[in-house]
Amino acid sequence: MTEYLKMDAPATERRLDDMAQGLVGAPLDRPEGPLKVTGSATYADEWQIDGMVHGVMVRAPGNSGRVVLTNSDAVAEMPGVLAVIQDDRLLRNPAQGTADAAPIQGARHAAYHGQLIAVVVAETFEQARHAAQSLQVTLEDAEMVPVDPATAATEPRENQALDQGDLEAAMQQAACRVDVVYTTPSHSSSAMEPHASIASWDGEELTLRGSYQMLKYNRNELADSLGVHPDRVRIVSPYVGGGFGSKLGLAPEAVAASIAAKQLGRPVSVALQRPQVYEATMRRSETRQRVRLAADAAGRLIGLGHDARVSNLPGETFAEPVLQASHFLYAGANRKMSLELARLHRLCAGSVRAPGEAVGVTVLENAMDELAQEMGIDPVELRLRNIPDEDPESGKAFSSRRFRDALESGAEAFGWADRPGVKERREGEWLIGYGMASAARINVLKESEARVTLLPDGTARVETDMTDIGTGTYAILGQIAGEMLGLPYEKVDVRLGDTTLPPAAGSGGSWGASSSGTSVYLACEAIRRQLAERLDVSEPDLMLKDGCVTYANQTKSLTEVLGGDEIAKLGHVVPGETSKAVRQATFGAYFAEVAVHAASGETRVRRMHGSFAAGRILNAKTARSQCLGGMTFGIGIALTEEMAFDPRDGHVTNSNLAEYHIPVNADVPQLTVELLEERDDWASPLQAKGIGELGICGAAAAITNAIYNATGVRVRDYPATLDKVIAGL
Amino acid sequence: MRPFDYRRAESIEAAPRQAAAGAAFIAGGTNLLDLMKLEVMAPETLIDINRLELNQMEDTADNGLRIGALVTNSDLANDLRVRRNWPVLSRALLSGASGQLRNKATTGGNLLQRTRCHYFQDRTMPCNKREPDSGCAAREGVNRGLAVLGTSEHCIATHPSDMAVAMRVLGADVETLKEDGTTRRLDLDELYLLPGDRPDRETVLEPGELITAVLLPPPIGGRQTYRKVRDRASYAFALVSVAGIVAMQEGRIAAANLAFGGLAPKPWRDPGVEDVLVGETPSEALFNEAADILLSEAQGFGGNDFKLPLARRTLVSVVSELTQETQS
Repeated sequence: MTEYLKMDAPATERRLDDMAQGLVGAPLDRPEGPLKVTGSATYADEWQIDGMVHGVMVRAPGNSGRVVLTNSDAVAEMPGVLAVIQDDRLLRNPAQGTADAAPIQGARHAAYHGQLIAVVVAETFEQARHAAQSLQVTLEDAEMVPVDPATAATEPRENQALDQGDLEAAMQQAACRVDVVYTTPSHSSSAMEPHASIASWDGEELTLRGSYQMLKYNRNELADSLGVHPDRVRIVSPYVGGGFGSKLGLAPEAVAASIAAKQLGRPVSVALQRPQVYEATMRRSETRQRVRLAADAAGRLIGLGHDARVSNLPGETFAEPVLQASHFLYAGANRKMSLELARLHRLCAGSVRAPGEAVGVTVLENAMDELAQEMGIDPVELRLRNIPDEDPESGKAFSSRRFRDALESGAEAFGWADRPGVKERREGEWLIGYGMASAARINVLKESEARVTLLPDGTARVETDMTDIGTGTYAILGQIAGEMLGLPYEKVDVRLGDTTLPPAAGSGGSWGASSSGTSVYLACEAIRRQLAERLDVSEPDLMLKDGCVTYANQTKSLTEVLGGDEIAKLGHVVPGETSKAVRQATFGAYFAEVAVHAASGETRVRRMHGSFAAGRILNAKTARSQCLGGMTFGIGIALTEEMAFDPRDGHVTNSNLAEYHIPVNADVPQLTVELLEERDDWASPLQAKGIGELGICGAAAAITNAIYNATGVRVRDYPATLDKVIAGL
Repeated sequence: MRPFDYRRAESIEAAPRQAAAGAAFIAGGTNLLDLMKLEVMAPETLIDINRLELNQMEDTADNGLRIGALVTNSDLANDLRVRRNWPVLSRALLSGASGQLRNKATTGGNLLQRTRCHYFQDRTMPCNKREPDSGCAAREGVNRGLAVLGTSEHCIATHPSDMAVAMRVLGADVETLKEDGTTRRLDLDELYLLPGDRPDRETVLEPGELITAVLLPPPIGGRQTYRKVRDRASYAFALVSVAGIVAMQEGRIAAANLAFGGLAPKPWRDPGVEDVLVGETPSEALFNEAADILLSEAQGFGGNDFKLPLARRTLVSVVSELTQETQS
């Protein structure tokens, strides 16, 4: 009994607007919140399983050569040690998001410094850690390999190249032009919970308690890595202490734990040490971006160019999709874009917090600020003048786009009209500036399934292997089911994070809520139809609220209608024509006020505002929190975050939370978020688009543009640390 | 972390004797335990001094303050006497670490923090401090946070403490107890060694020698401040810090005490910098002259070159603030 929808046509019915329970959109608390803040939610590494032993992974001390463990026999004899395992199935690289198959494996050769090439297992964690630290690793026949993206050989990504019209001619003709190069460094997801897995085998059946974002893919990645059938593998991941992309794909500890558990016949726990998270999970590639803007005398773009260089390990196909939103954010008939991939030996590059737009929109928005400054046009006005009528490359219509409203409403809410001129405002030793930037992120719908069961007692259960990575999935799926079935929020039990449940889209790419939410919606629609059949009325005539059915001037309780039965339905959505027929994206605008110390060059963000439109908002509180998180990481990109690689061997030299600078509370001022009402019929039957990443997609530019406004200094090399600011003061 | 013996110190007098070669005292453990987990430090025995009666703060006969070595950073920062009479110390403490760490970290331990140099913490990298004669990977590596003063060809590490910079400007002494039962008093200049060709030796403390207290001299006149310049607003080590106490008299600088953090392997104080200021009328030119003296021997290593202009700008800003406000 599957309710199947291929999203081929816009969902113009907007049925959620007609429901009576009033849950969808409400700023409800997350049901699992109390468990998390009281420490009662069991995260991956917190399970205590009888007979469990501990594994600690061992890093390669260099970036090339054959791995030789010179004292593994002696280490194997150390107190408590059960095994020293170097296995060809260990992951060389973590899996990319939605890989669905094993990533590059191999523990016999080092490809980057910090690669995890062995696991040492012992009775206790302390024994395992000491033994792992005692294992001597040498690299034979090591070679000089490239580690610097500025000098490494590059490959063009032909499928990313665009050449429309004649950008060079447009640059020549332009009344005003900007041609600038910006760089952004590598970023680490830096989730609070380190990657951790506990593997236990029951015969040939493997259960992995892990911390992952996309379980249906992760299961196939793990099975393929181990060489077993996916039916033999179950992954359980009900709570995830942050992922930010680093847990999209399978990471090294899962395979190590599984191999060790099989070999020893005991459950094995492997948690990455904090430095290992920095050295061997995923980084966002550093980027070098050239942006060219050609404008006519009225400030209308006649040309837009965006060329980017990113990097990755040999053999990896992922290239940070820097240009993603540059294709549609602004008008301009003459367009040229390119992406090239440098091959080098730093840890694997993959998805980190809004891959593409987080750094791509940021640099485009810096260039727009430079153009506005050149032309003497208000930066908000410049953007308003360049909102294209339709997708400027494909000519497709936008599915929904309150971009103009976000710019105008955000400017109003922030008090943009009070913007000082460059270097105009000073308070004591602090230079004050305002900056703004646009926000844009592609919208994606992914295949997703969920089962909803309406139980005889008038409660409902939602089941899917969807994950909640701190985002609010438990809340919004409960809200959707409660809304559709007319049940109070607390009468819906949401069960997530287990591959024995129907496979979902997973959390990533901002698609989780709309995709998995749609599957729940579909299952509920099917349940409603069955209820209608029982009552012999047409389904749209049912009004469900507070556990009761009202139809044809009468009201019955659901328990009465069910008469002891349960109704279980599976909802299944797949993307269709609406993904291709129109341009789907989310939009917004950021406004920031900064204070820059005239002596030290330290920048403090004083306040920041974001106005966003992302279709229907499913939960105003969790959506707002997502935006606050994005803007916070925008402060990180702007001011503090940078993976510092040793220039000689490419190893990470700030592999801990003390030296990899995520913004702390003192860096984050009052942030305000406005969510604009919007319905996107093309996106999903929920009319919701993804909001998870929108808050970071350009946020950093609002801050660096504000630094310029305060000081007259353009920092084109992120992050805008004080040394770069004082160099121009 | 290597297996180790654990013993509780029996008494203050016995503690130095218990800490034979290969032992380390543990107080708050906020730095030691991290380094033990990395096996950068691997004492065979930990002597736990936390139960010793070294957590008192007492007024001294000369109106100074005797701070027991186990007084936590939080307690010291929040002590009313400290806030009133030695505010530079309170400010320095509160600018360091995080609330949780300050609740645990102690006065004695704070002085003996090890450097944050990455290459010291990574056992696969050469480091003369961790492993004498293995070389220094930092000179040509990532050295943004490292020293520009007092370095040697063998080591460019910085001392990470904020508290020690304030202690240095206040002229604090350290009181220690040695294995043979004798005590001694050292000022911070005497306590810390420059790296020279033995960067593994950071202080003059002998094996088993226990810091029992820090003695603050009586309050001196003038305005005090601690300015810490760093990459994020909290929970970051100083790129440059300045602890300053300046007294004005009739428009001239009557006394100037300045100590610097983030620049050197020890909290840095240069009498020449202070001498050039005393007796003079404040001016930006004068402050720059002081900065010239401070930085006359300074040397950057690429990633930390910016510390030279940053130290200059910070010095000028701090002294300018201290002279302006005391004038009015």
